[in-house]
Amino acid sequence: MINVIPPGLIFIIGAFFVPLLKGRVQSVYLLLLPVLSFVNLIFIPEGTHGVISFLDYQIIFCRIDRLSLVWGYIFHIIAFLTILYGINMKKDNEFMAGLFYAGCAIGAVFSGDLISLFCFWEMMTIGSVLLIWARKTRKSINAGFRYALVHFFGGVILLVGIILYSYENGSIEFGYIGLNGLGSYFIFFGFGVNCAWPFLHSWLTDAYPESTILGTVFLSAFTTKTAVYVLARSFPGTEALIWIGTLMTAFPIFFAVIENDLRRVLSYSLINQVGFMVVGIGIGTELSINGTAAHAFAHILYKSLLFMSMGAVMYRTGKINATDLGGLYRTMPLTCIFCIVGAASISAFPLFSGFVSKSMVMSAAADKHLIITWFTLVFASAGVFHHSGIKIPFFAFFGHDSGIRTKEAPLNMLIAMGIAAALCIFIGAFPATLYSILPFPVDYVPYTMSHVISQLQLLMFSALAFTLLYLSAIYPSEIRALNVDADWLYRKGARGFLWLLENPLAWFGNQVKTTVFVTIPQAFVWFSRNPLMALKVAGNNMAIALFEESFTKEKVERIRTRIAEVLTDYPGDAIRYSHVGTTVIWVMGFLLAYLIIYIVSGRIAL
Amino acid sequence: MSKKYLFDNPKNIKILLTFLFGSCLVLVIINFFVHKHAHFSWEEWSGFYAAYGFVACVGLVLAAKFILRKIVKRSEDYYD
Repeated sequence: MINVIPPGLIFIIGAFFVPLLKGRVQSVYLLLLPVLSFVNLIFIPEGTHGVISFLDYQIIFCRIDRLSLVWGYIFHIIAFLTILYGINMKKDNEFMAGLFYAGCAIGAVFSGDLISLFCFWEMMTIGSVLLIWARKTRKSINAGFRYALVHFFGGVILLVGIILYSYENGSIEFGYIGLNGLGSYFIFFGFGVNCAWPFLHSWLTDAYPESTILGTVFLSAFTTKTAVYVLARSFPGTEALIWIGTLMTAFPIFFAVIENDLRRVLSYSLINQVGFMVVGIGIGTELSINGTAAHAFAHILYKSLLFMSMGAVMYRTGKINATDLGGLYRTMPLTCIFCIVGAASISAFPLFSGFVSKSMVMSAAADKHLIITWFTLVFASAGVFHHSGIKIPFFAFFGHDSGIRTKEAPLNMLIAMGIAAALCIFIGAFPATLYSILPFPVDYVPYTMSHVISQLQLLMFSALAFTLLYLSAIYPSEIRALNVDADWLYRKGARGFLWLLENPLAWFGNQVKTTVFVTIPQAFVWFSRNPLMALKVAGNNMAIALFEESFTKEKVERIRTRIAEVLTDYPGDAIRYSHVGTTVIWVMGFLLAYLIIYIVSGRIAL
Repeated sequence: MSKKYLFDNPKNIKILLTFLFGSCLVLVIINFFVHKHAHFSWEEWSGFYAAYGFVACVGLVLAAKFILRKIVKRSEDYYD
């Protein structure tokens, strides 16, 4: 029985009415949708609702608890801000795809069973591919196809896992799964594709920067964070996640340092930040799960803010490469300030949101004495400040003067960025509000003297390193170049695979085809025209081959001539033997074969 | 055209840099007076975070520039 409107449904259905509306009405409608959906959400009491029976299974569209609510809240907030950010661009198709995508992400977060989760999961892929294609460049279309292939591959793995899991456990309830049984490994891996684990991550850095200004802001919020949610729900305390997350925090920052496309730099740092959340899930204590939830909440805000500010730069200048930008603080001062707020938040400066959320995960890692992980996380914290905190604002708004003099971003973009920036500061300055909605009770105190001082030391000396490296010209100058990543494996690998298909495999296939469909059937046709004559020729040939030495020359010659004669007027007249004796020989042959088969099969059966 | 903006004046850049160097110095000095409650023994060393942050960033940049870029850099039309 459905007695509530499942969260997400308002977005999904609402998306289809977007193109029917025009102008101001459409704008109001777009902004009202998330508000309406949010009001609907907060009036649904905690618990399980929206259950329908499907075959023998219970499909749960609406499971509200403290874990899903954190994601539910932030998804609504960011959907609203993203719509506000893009409202001036009047792109019906992007709003449709974006609302559909956001609705599916919300639906996935609140689904309480694996079947509806899987459906929302796949629909999310469709929405996000449409957002990538909305850019309508050749690059974006290709990137969209690659994105779709990777995600559908992940989706199939997930489906296999769900089928195996429900077969093993007789239940499709989506709760704690943990790594035991084949099905759970498939599910784990399927989630991992969307979570951008190392080597599975390159769909993200490949496709996000190719989307539209608005599309990238949408994309940055939902896919990976939904994956973080499902992992936190089903695999908390799985040790493998600690190592996966640790790796995720570390390797992207190296790529980010040498990347030229600033939105791609942000994509790398997105993976780095998701790494912190994954580590938190892997540790699996109350503190670390709280840290993961808090960090997801804070991260969605500041990451969207950063993508919004880069989008505003793109909107005004049409450029996004660090080599083409610089000095924009002169004409886009407000965008610059909002960008710096986002940068300070992602870098976890005290009084900004990252400071109160990331440190929970790091504390949890230290509590467990995970030394390697802890050192890597501190390194990654310095590194993220380096490339997201400094590089993004510096190369876009300061650095060399590109000579570009443009206008400040449009008002609605400024308001959206302003709200996001205000929330970042609010969370950082008054963490109690965020802590109060976390899944477990919080007794963590972020603002201690020693924590503030050590964090400031880490950051200021990172800044010092940047400054000295930059002033001494050791800092890698921005180069127009492309850096290959794990997507090389399928982008170049696919070409190698095609070559393999077109050359050796195609040759082999042709040989098989001609043999099976041409040579052999022709031989049969030839044989069947006059089987006895053909057998006779074969017999004669065999006789020559075996007994040539003992025959006289004349005899061999005679046989050869006869074969030649027979072959020239083959099939010729059918030779029919009608002797009774021949029939008897055949019958005896069949009986003998039957006897042999009978004895042999009896032996095998015994 | 030649409107003067904030950092077009070299003096302002100098102020900013002085502020950065100054705050680094202050942080190191404060460090000696703060009681630390640490998980690991090395966190109690004076200036551990400062040194680690500095070394990490220099190492990061050098590794990215001289190792990673050598391996992964291609021309922009590499995949076309």
